[in-house]
Amino acid sequence: MPDHNQHGPHVHLGVFFTGVGPQLIWSDPSCASHHEIDTFVEVVQLLERGLFDAFFLGEGLRVRENRGKVFDLDVSGRPDAITQLAALAAVTERIGLVATQNATYNYPADLARRLASLDLISGGRAGWNIVTTDNAWTGENFRHGGWLPHERRYERATQFVEAAKELWDGGPTGGGATARPVDIRTDLVSFRAAPTVPPSPQGRPVLFQAGDSDGGRELAARHADVVFSRHREYDEALAYATDLRARLARYGRQPDEVRILPGASVVVGDTQEEAAEKARWVRSEQVNGPRALAYLEQYWGRDLSAYDPDGPLPDIEPSADELDPSRGTIAIERRSGKLQLIQGWRDLAAERGLSIRQLVLEVSGGHATFTGTPGQIADSWAHYVRTRAVDGFNITPHLLPWSLADIVDKVVPALQDRGIYRTEYEGSTLREHLALPPLRPAAASRKAS
Amino acid sequence: MGRDAMTTGRLVLAVEADGAGAHPAAWRDPGASETALDPRSIKETVTVADRAGFAFAGFGDGPVPPPAGGRIEAGVRAAYLSQLTRRIGLAPALHVTTTEPFHVATQLASLDHASHGRAAWLVGAANDGPARATIGAAPLDDVARSQEVRDVIDVARALWDSWEDDAVIRDVVSGRFLDNDKVHHIRFEGASFSVVGPLITPRPPQGQVVVIAADSLGVADRADITLVGGFSALAGHSQRVIARRAERAREAGSPLVFAELEVALDRPGERADGRLARLNSQEPWPITDRARFSGSAGALTEFLAELAPHVDGVLFYPAQTAADLPVLADEVLPALTAGDLARVPGPDDAMLRDVLGLPRPVNRFAHLGRNTASA
Repeated sequence: MPDHNQHGPHVHLGVFFTGVGPQLIWSDPSCASHHEIDTFVEVVQLLERGLFDAFFLGEGLRVRENRGKVFDLDVSGRPDAITQLAALAAVTERIGLVATQNATYNYPADLARRLASLDLISGGRAGWNIVTTDNAWTGENFRHGGWLPHERRYERATQFVEAAKELWDGGPTGGGATARPVDIRTDLVSFRAAPTVPPSPQGRPVLFQAGDSDGGRELAARHADVVFSRHREYDEALAYATDLRARLARYGRQPDEVRILPGASVVVGDTQEEAAEKARWVRSEQVNGPRALAYLEQYWGRDLSAYDPDGPLPDIEPSADELDPSRGTIAIERRSGKLQLIQGWRDLAAERGLSIRQLVLEVSGGHATFTGTPGQIADSWAHYVRTRAVDGFNITPHLLPWSLADIVDKVVPALQDRGIYRTEYEGSTLREHLALPPLRPAAASRKAS
Repeated sequence: MGRDAMTTGRLVLAVEADGAGAHPAAWRDPGASETALDPRSIKETVTVADRAGFAFAGFGDGPVPPPAGGRIEAGVRAAYLSQLTRRIGLAPALHVTTTEPFHVATQLASLDHASHGRAAWLVGAANDGPARATIGAAPLDDVARSQEVRDVIDVARALWDSWEDDAVIRDVVSGRFLDNDKVHHIRFEGASFSVVGPLITPRPPQGQVVVIAADSLGVADRADITLVGGFSALAGHSQRVIARRAERAREAGSPLVFAELEVALDRPGERADGRLARLNSQEPWPITDRARFSGSAGALTEFLAELAPHVDGVLFYPAQTAADLPVLADEVLPALTAGDLARVPGPDDAMLRDVLGLPRPVNRFAHLGRNTASA
């Protein structure tokens, strides 16, 4: 078990493979297929060569739409995360395998069992990225529809996680011993199930949490082993870390019990100019003309196909209704106040003479977080981890597999040169890679009671 | 279609790979393989079956713990094996009564992608108190359970068609990754749930994952393979029971019918009867709906030769995986193949459907030309 106090801070890296969305470039002929298992195998083996802590799969339980039709401009279509990661467990030895799974649209005992199964079959390398959904639009694919009120989604998630932990802690020990059933009756979680999967070498799956609202941060402070935060700019990252550590203390947890890995995108060049040029190309591909129009359509709620993406902003008025969730997750601050937001865009475009596409490039987010030479990026990351603003990054690739190969082949050696990255895997489980303290022996105390 | 038009007289052979074996005391025996808990042992068992020429391996499962105490979820086991095997089909048991239908369809489609077209689904419908309690529900009555089985199969099949094969176009000129006239809402309305779709996963390589269901579930009209039991206390009577039930399953519309057969086989130095007596003294082997055979490999070959005109294949349940699977692999399969009584996967069989002789289904949404379901 590596000890951070002994070796000093290290950069922990994961890859967040969303599988869908505007950041993934598909138009370049060099891009690998986004659906073939062979692409996933190639990527995860590449990351294992780069000594990454974890490979993450995203998940969304309804195919994204734009004004009632399946959205056709972005990469779409992805596998069930646990199934895919179980396949990848067979062709890797060390790297952690993290499944994004929804706490609203799953049965707790069923999901806990599948996650424990992934954990056991991978030799203790599984993680669960806990997400919630409240929208009824996603619920239309599930037995109970949009049953969960928005303000109770983290209450459900918290109870779900606690139930899962109870099932994992009480797993069977083999030899015909029957595990004691877990029996929970609340209005949000209700079941009785005996655990069927023994604990893995790391005890239970590592818990990741990304929610940024107060409820999300509380869930993270109580239960997460890793937070996959949104705060990647240095000052924001430090403020987030400070806030989270204060919350941890309230739950009697130590700062080292949670790793902070914000999402980040990275563009690497041999020179700063080359990196900047690549970053411009990436953005121009991510926000091409049709996508720029579709971006505004989500906000306008109207057909804007007649507008020229290189011309001025639409002169028609947006629809009165707020954003619908059919294009995927909408950050909380954008769920209301659409009209003011659009007015702000109009003012910005008028002031700076921006076209539709230029405006979307400006306001849509998704800019590369780190652009530079391997040395520049490594220096920047060293500053982040040495000041405890973050423990590492969860990288969102934009071009498969090339943007990740750049990191493995160029940035990782630069990190190793600075003494802030492992030169071999020291442990075998995801928990060990993340240098998290061993679990408290909850299982032992529970059995003894 | 009549039976003669369907059966080739050559049996397709499959084997259940769950746990230590079908006998409830199998896991207690020295040398038992913990094939539901240990990844290495899971791999060894199915690799043996793959090399021997079994068409598919079944992964029995359920939401409550088995007698041995633990079990890795079947879909996870099958997915893990997808990268470690090359020819054998992978058939996890997923239960319609304790899961979300949308997740079941996604998991199976993903298994088909990961295995390059070797996924099958053993339809489960666990409905006792402990099983249903895992989702906080009570057992369904017979009518509701039958309806649930039909609805979940129907919704899975509709979801597997919700992406047409050529939906992904990657058209750089128009900026379209996919043709959204070829990705469909299914708007399925079942008795107890509805699903809008489409699936989050593109169409499985086989078009439709191979659906395998026991005749007792009453879905021979929806399954690709119907499993028929045939337990009989009368010696030599099992084949007749199987033949009659196979006939009925075919009349109900099942393209293929497989017999379910529990086997305990003689091994060098130990006869099956002696071994069964030893196991039964630890825990009796309860009678199930499946036919049961114990004896020599040669006698089993003769038994199967009599069965061959009536069924398309056999799903074996070894009493003890570690003891009986090697005899099936090393003696029974080669004898059947030599006698032209078995059809094993060949080099031209790219997918499980090819091994089974099942055509790749046409997509129900093909040639609609537009997404009418969402109009």
